[in-house]
Parts: sequence; structure tokens; C-alpha cells
Amino acid sequence: MSSLLRMGAIIGKEIRQLSRDRLTFGMIIGIPLLQILLFGYAINLDVRHLRAGVADQATTQLSRQLIADVEASQVVDIVARARTAGELEDMMRRGEITVGIVIPADFERRVREATRPAAQLLVDGSDPTVANIAMRLAQMRFELRKVGVERPSTVFEVRTYYNPERRSAVQIVPALIGVILTLTMVLFTSVAVVRERERGNLELLITTPIRNLELMIGKIIPYIVIGLIQVTIILLVGWYLFDVPVRGSVVDLYQGSLLFIAASLSLGLMLSTFAKTQFQAMQLAFLAFLPQLLLSGFMFPFDGMPPLAQRIGRLLPLTHFIAIVRGVVLRGAALEELMPNVRALGIFFLITMTLATLRFRKRLD
Amino acid sequence: MSDAAIVAAGLTRTFGKLIAVDSVDLTIPKGKIYGFLGPNGSGKTTTIRMLCGLLKPSAGSARVFGMELPRDAEKVRPRIGYMTQKFSLYEDLTVRENLEFMGRIYSMRRRRRRQRIESNLARYALDDRQRQRAGTLSGGQKQRLALAAVTLHEPELLLLDEPTSAVDPQSRRDFWDGLFELAEGGTTILVSTHFMDEAERCHRLAILAEGRLVAEGVPRELSSNIDAVVLEVETDRPRRARAALRSVGFVRAVTQIGARLHVMVETGTDDPEAQVRAVLKSGGVAGIVERVSANLEDVFVAATGFDGDVALPAADGSAGADESGAGSDEVHP
Ligand SMILES: Nc1ncnc2c1ncn2[C@@H]1O[C@H](COP(=O)(O)OP(=O)(O)O)[C@@H](O)[C@H]1O
Ligand SMILES: [Mg+2]
Repeated sequence: MSSLLRMGAIIGKEIRQLSRDRLTFGMIIGIPLLQILLFGYAINLDVRHLRAGVADQATTQLSRQLIADVEASQVVDIVARARTAGELEDMMRRGEITVGIVIPADFERRVREATRPAAQLLVDGSDPTVANIAMRLAQMRFELRKVGVERPSTVFEVRTYYNPERRSAVQIVPALIGVILTLTMVLFTSVAVVRERERGNLELLITTPIRNLELMIGKIIPYIVIGLIQVTIILLVGWYLFDVPVRGSVVDLYQGSLLFIAASLSLGLMLSTFAKTQFQAMQLAFLAFLPQLLLSGFMFPFDGMPPLAQRIGRLLPLTHFIAIVRGVVLRGAALEELMPNVRALGIFFLITMTLATLRFRKRLD
Repeated sequence: MSDAAIVAAGLTRTFGKLIAVDSVDLTIPKGKIYGFLGPNGSGKTTTIRMLCGLLKPSAGSARVFGMELPRDAEKVRPRIGYMTQKFSLYEDLTVRENLEFMGRIYSMRRRRRRQRIESNLARYALDDRQRQRAGTLSGGQKQRLALAAVTLHEPELLLLDEPTSAVDPQSRRDFWDGLFELAEGGTTILVSTHFMDEAERCHRLAILAEGRLVAEGVPRELSSNIDAVVLEVETDRPRRARAALRSVGFVRAVTQIGARLHVMVETGTDDPEAQVRAVLKSGGVAGIVERVSANLEDVFVAATGFDGDVALPAADGSAGADESGAGSDEVHP
């Protein structure tokens, strides 16, 4: 009861202070909005009229129909003709085209065999926007029925040049939840504790009967709520602007997010025990952010990373959250199917929370 | 020693090479106002921090209510209230919110919390400021709020670190009236100060200089037991008189207080008035010399040897050694 009272005092105070701190409050809403718009916009840029070259080795009615359909989509303008894929590659290297379409001589036969790609799309992956736009092209189901062909799968096999990893808003937005939470949650908590130290509030606070754990829990609960608000903002914007669906259960998604938020907050608390000034706290938060950004599978596909990087990556909460969020949002997985990741987050939370509580001294020396 | 709130023995604290507090022995009786008098940097804050378990002594021991610090700090905490030198409540919370917060932190139940908050708001004249952010209060109001906050849970022991350093003289007097009221109610109060007039009002006093406890006792006794003769010189050329007097062997210290000088002379000096007059005369300064009883400042000077060459700035850094000597009741001359 006393314990609850004391914890409640911290929570209430923290919320009051937050609601009065316009800058922080703005960051809570602003950072996720800005990030998702920046990322999403870059991805979603409705670029049309990409310069394309065609190597039509089939020259049948069907192949001409395909080229016409592609042009009709306005995604590409066919500016060059070539005989071979090699010629298209040369043009791409010279920057004359960004997309190449190769229709092989046996196109007619391939179209009818759903197991094999019928044609090839060569994509200049050095420009991520192009890569993503071309990807849309690849996903288009062309109206080949008109010419009497029934094909359940897409026509093109895509070969992305210079950037073998394929990205899309759908992939990025869910992972972006994790990146934004990592950035804001760690920063907010570590700064929240250090600010009290800097302003001298801590000297008073630590002479009161408040216990370490009460203080720690009191500090993170308000930010858990804020984290969940951020998740909601990103999901809503992602869904509204970029058509990112939530295929799995929303409850699972929020549960996973809750765990990840707690893990990030306790990491922030732990960092705060090492920092003397808000500036140091920010530097530490940034230091914790970088490896997570790079090694979590957000920037580079996790499976493609060297073993050492993977091993480090598995120690980071963002890695596991990205696995969870992609699983739930994109693959419709249930949380139970992602138990290893859930467990990893839980363990991370417990360890950092314990360390933070043990390291926090109710003393000044 | 059940009537002692605080007992410290050989209390020492170093920061690297600096000895901030140097083997201090203290016994602070219950229900009294006990003063720490000393200039800036003399170790008042460091001592108080050790006495509430915030700093670990480098050597020696501190016991509060018989409990060893910092080991038993958690047991002591509910029974003490610590007012930090720097305002440490939340500037972005209102007066009332700060008090609410402190009430909850001390696990006070709703009814008692309400009651105590109302009574302290009234007692410290903060009624009409309840909804004002603490950061926008004046120095005196902040200090009253801080006192209202640390006394909310009715602690048995109050540790007040230079509570009046940022307030005007009238507020200081009011503040001290409040302290006497609390002491009458049985609260033990340890208060540090660099104001002579405040030190004089304490029941007991410890004088600190450079981390050492140089004198301890009842203020009046400290003054009457001083091991020196104090002469007061009234002159219109105090600077010159001072220079002349300081070069004489039997003069221990010369302190300027406004237009007057306090000249401390070794006990056992033959007819000190006549000798001082002679010194002044040969220095070409006219002045009236008379023997006076020592005040606390003289006690301080006698105990520390500081007589004004070293400027002892006040906590707020505003005062130095200025010729006008306006702040006559502060430690620094
Ligand atoms: N945390 C600290 N680190 C290093 N030196 C300190 C620290 N705290 C105090 N000091 C030094 O210890 C001495 C005593 O300081 P303090 O106790 O604050 O004196 P006072 O409160 O009487 O002004 C000063 O010289 C001060 O600079
Ligand atoms: Mg001090």
C-alpha cells in the first residue's frame, strides 16, 4: 500500500511534468509522424515514367501484348530496344535506363507454366525508389487473359541489380515501429532520470523513503503508455497512407510492443545510471541506438549478416521486436509462434531492469 | 545517549586529495536548534549529506537516532526531513502538486495528507499560491515551500542546509520564528548558515572552517569564553587604522565592521586600550578605542584566524570583501 502510494506519486508527477513539457510532448507525436512520413514518402513516391529498355526475343503477339500492358501502366516509358539482356545491362550501367524488360524466346511456353517466371525485369537497385516502383510492376497481374492465357502467378521474374534486398513500405513500416520506439523510449527514460539529477531534484528524492524499484517502475509506466500511443500512430498512418495491413492479431501486436517498450525503457534506465548530464544520457542513448539500427535486420537482412554481427544482433531488443512485428503484421503469425523472440525480450527486460535497480544508488557518491 | 539525535565521531570525508570534512565530532541534542556556522566551502553541506546518508564517510561514523549511517539510512529516512541548499522541488509543478507529491512519497494517507497540506499552506503563507508553478515563486516563497514540503510528514529531525541564503532579512526573521515553533513542538533542527545573527539564535552552535570543527557550544558562552580581548575602534580612516594595527605583534586580528574595527588582542596584554591608541597615533590615525564584549564574529575570527584578508564569499556569491562593510552580520568581514 505504501509502496503503491510512492509509485503512484512518481507516476503522477512524471505525467504532469510531461504534459507541461511541450518539447518532449511534441517529440512523442512528432518523431513517429515525421519518421513514418519521411520513410513512407520516400518509398511511396509515385514515380512514373521510369526509363525502360526492352529486349523482346519472342516477338509474338503475346509478348507485344505484355509490352503494351506495361506501357499502359505508365510506370515505365520504353525508351530503348535491345536484343539481349547484356545490352540492357550496359544501358543500365550507363544510366540510360533504370528498368530493363527481357522477354525470352520461349515466352509463350513459359507463360503457360506457372512454375517458371515468364519474363525478366532488370532493376537498377542503386536507386531505392526505382527498385520499389519496379517491384510494383512485378506484382502487377497483366491482363493476359485477353489473349487467352490463364496464369495464376505474376509474369515477371525480378532481378534487382546493385541492391539484392527488396524493400517496400509494407516491410519497412512495421519495423519502423521498432526503430522509432528504440529511439524515443531509450532517450526519454535516460533523460528523465538524469534531468532530475541535473536539476537537483534527485538529492531530495533520495532522502525520502522511496525504494529503487518503486522509482524505476514509477519512471517507466508513463512512458509505456506513450510508447503504445506511438505504436498506434505509426500503425494508423501506415495503414491509412501506405496500406500496411495488420494480418495477425492486434492484441498480439500490442502485447509484443508492450514487451519491447518495457525492454527499451529499462535499457534507458540502466544507461541513466551511467550518465551525469542530459547530454551524456543522449550520447549513450544514441550509442545504444546505432547498433540496433544496423544489426537488427532493419537495414540489412538479418540472415545475410556475418555470424558475429548476427550474434551481436541477437543480443539487441530491436532484432527480436522486428522479428515479432514482421511476423504478426505481415505474416499473420501468432505471438505463440514467435516465442523465442518474446522470451528474448523478456529476458532483456529483466536483466536491464535488475541492473538499473541495483546500480541506482540512493547516494550521491 | 538517548537524548542525542545525532552523534558523529571522527566524521571525515575526502574528495580526492581534498579533505572536505576533517574528523568532526558532534553530539546534537534532541529538540534543539543546532547551528553549523562556516564560510562557503567549510564542509557544512558535506557534513549534512553524510548525516542523512547521502554520502558515505571516508572515515569515522555517524549515527542518527542510534542508527548507523549510511547502513541504516532507509530506516532513518521516514524520520528526517532534508532541505537542500539548492531548491530541489519540481519547478514545473505547482505549489500544491509539490506538496501532494511529497505527501505521497512519505506514504501519507489521503486524509492526513490533505490535513497536513492545508495546515502547512496556511502556516507558511502559501495559501494564495497553491496553483502557482514553483519555478515562478520568489526566493522567500520557494524557501517557505521547501520547508512546508520537508515538514509535511512531521519528521523528528530536520536538516536545513543554508535555508535562508536566498531571502531578504524580513523573510529570514519570519523563517526563524517558524523554526522556533517547530523546535518547541519537539523537532530537532540542524541548520547551517553563514549569517552571524542566525548563528546567534541557535541553542547550540558548531563553527566549521576548512572542514574542521573549530569551536562548539552555546553561542553566548562561546562569546564570553573567547580567549582574547576585543577592542572596538571607531575611526573615519578604517583602512589605514587596520593596516597600522595588523603589523603589531600582540594584535591577533583586525576585522572591519562598517566604520568600526574589531581589534582582537592576546589575553594578558598590558592595558591593551592604551597600546592600541599608541599604535593608531603613531600611524597618524585618530580614533576612539573601547573594550567591548566579543560577538560571534570575533569568536569565528579567533577560532579560524580569518580576519578579512581572505574574502569569504557568501553562498550566493554576491558579497566579497567590500570597504563599506554593509553586511555586518555575515561571516565575511
Ligand atoms: N562532490 C564533490 N566533489 C568534489 N569536491 C566536493 C564535492 N562536494 C563538496 N566538495 C568540496 O568540499 C568542500 C566543502 O564543500 P561543502 O560541504 O559544499 O561546503 P559548504 O556547504 O560549507 O559551502 C569544498 O571545497 C567543495 O568544493
Ligand atoms: Mg553548502
